[in-house]
Amino acid sequence: MQIYLPIADVSVNWLLLLAMGGGVGFISGLFGVGGGFVMTPLLIFIGIPTAIAVATQAAQIAASSMTGSIGYWRRRAVDMRLGLVLAGGGLIGTVLGVWFFNVMRRLGQLDVIIAIAYVVLFGIIGGLMLFESLRAMWLKRKGIRRPARRSGEHPWYLGLPLKMRFHQSKLYGSVIPLALLALLIAFVGAVLGIGGGFIAVPALIYLFRIPAAVVVGTSLFQILLTMVAATIMHATSNHSVDLVLALLLIVGGVMGAQFGAIAGRNLRGDAFRLLLALLILAVGIRFAGDIVLKPEETFSLVTLDN
Amino acid sequence: MKRSALALLICLASMATATAETLVTSLSTYRVAINSNYTGASLILFGSIERDARTAPRAGPYDLVVTVRGPRRTALVREKEPLGPLWITRGQRRFVDQPVYLAVVSSRAIDDIAAAPMRERLKLGLEAEFASPLPGPNLMGEDFVEAFIRLRRQQGLFQEDPEGVVFLTQNLFRAKIDLPAIAPTGLYEVETILLSDGVPLSRQSTNFEVEKTGFEQATVVLARDHGFIYGLIAAASALVLGWLATVVFRRE
Repeated sequence: MQIYLPIADVSVNWLLLLAMGGGVGFISGLFGVGGGFVMTPLLIFIGIPTAIAVATQAAQIAASSMTGSIGYWRRRAVDMRLGLVLAGGGLIGTVLGVWFFNVMRRLGQLDVIIAIAYVVLFGIIGGLMLFESLRAMWLKRKGIRRPARRSGEHPWYLGLPLKMRFHQSKLYGSVIPLALLALLIAFVGAVLGIGGGFIAVPALIYLFRIPAAVVVGTSLFQILLTMVAATIMHATSNHSVDLVLALLLIVGGVMGAQFGAIAGRNLRGDAFRLLLALLILAVGIRFAGDIVLKPEETFSLVTLDN
Repeated sequence: MKRSALALLICLASMATATAETLVTSLSTYRVAINSNYTGASLILFGSIERDARTAPRAGPYDLVVTVRGPRRTALVREKEPLGPLWITRGQRRFVDQPVYLAVVSSRAIDDIAAAPMRERLKLGLEAEFASPLPGPNLMGEDFVEAFIRLRRQQGLFQEDPEGVVFLTQNLFRAKIDLPAIAPTGLYEVETILLSDGVPLSRQSTNFEVEKTGFEQATVVLARDHGFIYGLIAAASALVLGWLATVVFRRE
C-alpha cells in the first residue's frame, strides 16, 4: 500500500492519500470551496515537507476549480470579463507570493510564517463568518427580515480611474480595487497553498455587490487561472511540485466532491455557513497551538541540496 | 652490508603484514534501486577474517564495527525560541558536508569495544563521528550537535546497532544495514574495522549506490532540470483530470 513520492522523497500509504483527497473533496463539494485550507495542513501533518505540500496543492486546486468552473460555465454563471480582470491581479499576486515563499523558505521562517498567516487569516474570517451566520439565524428566529440591498449607493473605490462595465455582474466601476483584491488573495494563496475562494466570494459580494448567481463561478474561474500559474511558477522556481502526490489527491478529491455536492443540497443555508465558519476557525486554532505552545522539540533540521 | 639491511627490512615488512588478520567483505547488493513501491532497503554485509599460520594468537575475542556513511550534504539545525507569546526560529547552525545517513553496526556496544581516545581516532560510533570540532562557524553549541544527532536518529538516518554484527563461525560474520525510505540517493561508503582488545587489526572498505530508477528517476530529472516543462505537465494533467471529472460525473 506504500508508494514512494519521487519529489517529496517519502514513502506514504497511497490509500491514505486517496482517502484524504476524498475527505477534503467531500468538504469542498459540500461548501463549494476549494478545500486547500484543510488539505495543506493535513499534508504537513502526515509528514509531507511544508514546501512540497504548498506547491503540490496548487496543482490539486487547479484540478478541482477546473471541474467547478466547467459546471458553472455550462449554467452560464461565469463572468469571463470580471474573471480575467481578477486573474490579471491574481497573476501579479502569485508572482509576489511565490517569490516571498522562496525567500522565507531560504530564511527558515516558512513554517512559522505559514502558521501565523493561518492563525490571523482564519481567525478573522472564521470569526466574521461565525458572527454573521449566528446573527442571521437569530434574526430569522425573531422573524426580522434583513434590510434589502439599497440601490444607488456606490462605494468610493469604484469611482477610481480605469472604469469598466461588467454586464453579467451588474457592475460598473474601477478595475483597480478588483485587481488589488485578487492580488492580495493570490499572494496569500501562493504562500499558504490555498485557492482563496472562501475569501474572494464574500469580498466580491459585500464589497462589490456582485450578484450571488455569478460570484462563485467567476471566483472559481479566477482561481483556476491563478493556480495554473502558481503550479508552473512553483515547479520552475523551487521544484517542489510532486506529480504523484498531486495525482492521488486529485483523483480522491474529484470523487469526494461528487458526494459532497449531493450532501450539500440537503443542507440549509444558515447551517451551511455556520459549519464552514467552525471548520475555518478549527484550522486556525490548530495552527495557533503550533506557534503558541512550547514545542516538544525546539530544534528542527533541514537538509540542503548542494 | 647495505644489501642485508634491505633484505632484513623487506623481511620485517612482510612479517608485519603476515601477522595481522585480513578482512574480506562482500555486500548482498551494490546497487539499491528506488522504484514506486520502495519503502527502504536492507543490505547484508558478509565477511571473513582471514588468518594464516603466522598470525599472532589473540587473547580476547574479535570485535567488528561496520560504519556506513551516506552522501554528504549540508544541514541546518534551527532552534525555536519564545518571542513574546510566539515560538519563532531564532538561532541556526550549519553542519557542512556531513553524511546524511550514518549507521554504526557492531558486534557489541561500541563503548566496550574500544576506549574513548581510540574511538575518536578511528571515528567509531555516532558520538565519535561528531566529537572533533566540526567545520563551519565555531559557535557550534553542544546542544546543536546533540540536536543534530537526535533529529537524524528520529528520521531513522542515524543508527547504532550494537547487535547488528553476528558471527556465523569463529571467522565468518554477517552485518545488517537498514536504509529508511528517506535515505538520499548517492554513494554509500561501508567501512569495516576489525578489533581485538581495543586495538584495530584490520580495515576494509567497500561501497554501494542508491539510485532512483525508471519513472522516479525520469520525474526527478524533469522536475530539477526542466522545471518549466514539468510545471506545464503538472498543470495540464490537473486540468485534464478536472475536465474528466465533469464528463464522468455529468448530472443530466
